[in-house]
Formats: sequence, C-alpha cells, structure tokens
Amino acid sequence: MTKVTRRKLITTGLAATAGAAGLAAAAKIAGRYGLIPPDAEGIYGLGETLTYAAQQVLTRHSLAREFSPSQVSAKPFADEVEPLGQEFQMLRDAGFADWRLTVDGMVARPASFSLADLRSFPRHSHITMIQCEEGWSYIAEWTGVRLSHILGLAEALPQVRYVVYRSIQRDWWDSLDMSDALHPQTLLTYGMNGDDLAVPFGGPLRMRVPRQLGYKNVKYITRLTATDNIRQFGKGLGSVSPEAGYAWYAGI
Amino acid sequence: MTFAFLVLLVSGLEILVSHPRFYWGETGNINTAALFKIPIPSSRDMVPTGYDRVLADQNGWSRSLHFQSAWILVLTGLLYVAGGLLKGHFRRDLLPSRPDGSSKRPWSSLITQLRLKRPSAEEAWSYNLLQRLAYLIVIFILFPMIIWTGLAMSPSFVSAFPAAVNILGGQQSARTLHFLMTITLLLFLLVHVLMVFLAGFRSRMSAMITGRAEKPLEQV
Repeated sequence: MTKVTRRKLITTGLAATAGAAGLAAAAKIAGRYGLIPPDAEGIYGLGETLTYAAQQVLTRHSLAREFSPSQVSAKPFADEVEPLGQEFQMLRDAGFADWRLTVDGMVARPASFSLADLRSFPRHSHITMIQCEEGWSYIAEWTGVRLSHILGLAEALPQVRYVVYRSIQRDWWDSLDMSDALHPQTLLTYGMNGDDLAVPFGGPLRMRVPRQLGYKNVKYITRLTATDNIRQFGKGLGSVSPEAGYAWYAGI
Repeated sequence: MTFAFLVLLVSGLEILVSHPRFYWGETGNINTAALFKIPIPSSRDMVPTGYDRVLADQNGWSRSLHFQSAWILVLTGLLYVAGGLLKGHFRRDLLPSRPDGSSKRPWSSLITQLRLKRPSAEEAWSYNLLQRLAYLIVIFILFPMIIWTGLAMSPSFVSAFPAAVNILGGQQSARTLHFLMTITLLLFLLVHVLMVFLAGFRSRMSAMITGRAEKPLEQV
C-alpha cells in the first residue's frame, strides 16, 4: 500500500470540495433551465435527472419519427384498462355527445369544449409508433387537434410550466412540461386510422405524445389544468405513475 | 462496472418478464407473430406464455434502476476507455502482439486454453491471443453496441437521431439485438470468471481491487 502523504491528502480534499461545489452549481443551473423532473427525489433521482436533462438538451425540438401509410400496423393492440364505470357508459350510450374537455388553471379564459368543438379546430394527423414500456408496439395514424392550439384558445399564461391532464378513470392523471405540451406532434386525438378513435384505444379523446412511451398517452381525457407549481397535484411527483414506481418522464 | 453490469442484467431480466417475446422490424405485439419467445412466465396476464402463473409487476423500479445503472456504466466506461488509451493499456496489453512480442505461440496457448489446462506461471500474468481478442470485442464492439441498441429503443432519443434505429432495421430489431448482446456478454462474464478461478482466485482478486500484482512483473 502507498503511504498517504500530506500533499496527497490536501489534493484529494481540494478535489472533493471542488467536486461537491461543482455538483451544487450544476444542480442550480439544471433547476433554472428546467432540467430536473418532478420525481427527482428518491434513490433513482440521479438517473431520472440525468436522463431527463440529457433528453431536454438533445431533443427539445426534435420530431418523433413518422412512417408511411404502408407501415401502419394491421394488428394494433389495445392494452387492457380498468372497467370504465357508469359515467363513461352513459356518455358512451349517448354517442359521447355530452363529452366535455375542461381547460382551467393558469389560463386567462377557462373553457370547456365538446368533441364537435374539437373537431372544428384545425386538424392534424401523423403516422407514429406507440411503444409500451413492456416492450410491444404498433404504428397507427392519429388525428386530432394540437394541445398547443387548445392552450392558445384558453390563453395559457406565460408562467405556466406544466399542463396536467386527467382521465375519466378515477385518480388517473399525468402532466407534460412545456416542451412537450407545445410540441407540434402532441395531439388531443379523436381519430385513428381514418375512423373515430375506438374506446379500447382511448376514444373518444386520448392524449398523444409520440416522443414518450405508451403510459404517457393517457386515455379518456376530460380535463386540462395549466400550472406553474406541479407540487400541488397528487403527491407532488408530476403524475400518478411515480406513485406506482414508474418514472414521470417516459421518453426512454 | 461489473456491478453496474450485474444490476443491468437483473433489472433487464425483470423488464423482459413483462413481455418475453421478441420481434424483428419496427413493431410487434401479442397480435403479431414473434421472432422467438423466451419460455418463462410473464408478469402480464395478457401475454400468452402457456404458464398459469402471472408474476408480480416489477417494471417501475426495474426501469429506473436499469437506466441509473446504465448511466453509471457509461460514465465509468468512458473513464476506463480514456484511461486505457492514455496509458497505452489497450495497445500494450490487448492488441495482438507482433511476432517479437510476448505471446509468440498463440496456437499453443489456444490449445492449452481449449483443454482447460491451468496456465503456466509465466502465462498467467499476461493475456493470450484468444483473451486479447475477446476483451477487444467486448470493450469496443459489444459494449458500444449494447448502449447503442438501448438508446435506439428510446422514442425521444431516436426523434433527434432517427438513423440510430433505422440502421438497425427498426425499434423491435433494436430490442432483439439488445437482448442477444446481453446473452453474449453474460457468456463472456461466465467464461471470464471461470478463467480467473483457474488462474488463481486470491491473487487475481487482490490484483484487480488494489491494482497491484503480488508477483514480480519482470517475468512477463
């Protein structure tokens, strides 16, 4: 074994101090530029933060891959969902004529839209892949209105940092940062492969975030809430997923 | 690094259990034909595996642990490669030597090894041809490829770098290759550990941990 000399001890101490100061400074900068996810605490916080920060830096404006019509999956798979309950059944029986999308929170003009309203707004389609965190996937053409358009209509305030979206399924909600909320491919979808979006696939209204995994693409959307403080929702982790052990950011 | 690899192996296996089917191309799900299946029970009742039991869902923490370990592996791996290049470790110890170099009888060492004979005292402290090739493949082909195929599965990463997945033939191809490379690395690890045992476990382990060899190195 080598002897620990005083010089070595001092050098190591200085390096450790510099390292710690560097980490603290890095954390401060990362916070300022929105590189820390809401679920950054806990034993996996370091990994989640590195992943989210790296992808924020590399992919903030990139577009999800789009495919040709011939690549649309002939056999898409609709993941199973919990029973949807009586309220959903009544809305479904009425052909979803009474389905509403409520927009509230930090917006100048809170609003509520019917499916007919949403269909009257500029429509966008993309043929993209949806991947489940389990490993399976399919490609479909998704049609809907951009989330950014809805936020514009409601006049979301400039200080908004997250958009919370809720399902009609009890206690099922998630949130997007503004780079995904305002992303041109982020759609509130009501159509799939040229038809109305079927119930097993999330109809009548599903959040489609093609740069993130399936579980971020929440089905049966009824409410959007703009906020600058994600801590006040649920357990403050940004969505219901981290409460079940899954990462808030699902770009990987 | 080895520890991070073992953690990646276990958490990767946990993730695999939720869908033990593999496909080729861009997409695949239980409505489509599989390229091959792993004969294990699944943690999802929708996956037809032919087993009655459905395992508990461990994907949440497994994924987080997998990615955190991947960061540790990548960062320490970069340090290792940078250090190896700076100190000439790869050139000196891993590139197959020229005829005047230390391992002048590659074939005899290959035969010794295939017969699982213990190496002589002299051979035991340097790498033979087969080892050198194996290490080079692991360090410069398998590890980069396993990181690449892992990144190619990320919908966000490939939005910025679509070629990363297109070259591999699709997202499901990337997943299948990621799995096959894991198996290859696992086999390498098993053989590697076996050889360490054959060459003398105690001295080898203390050398790995302290970075110092007990034996005088002039012999090499």
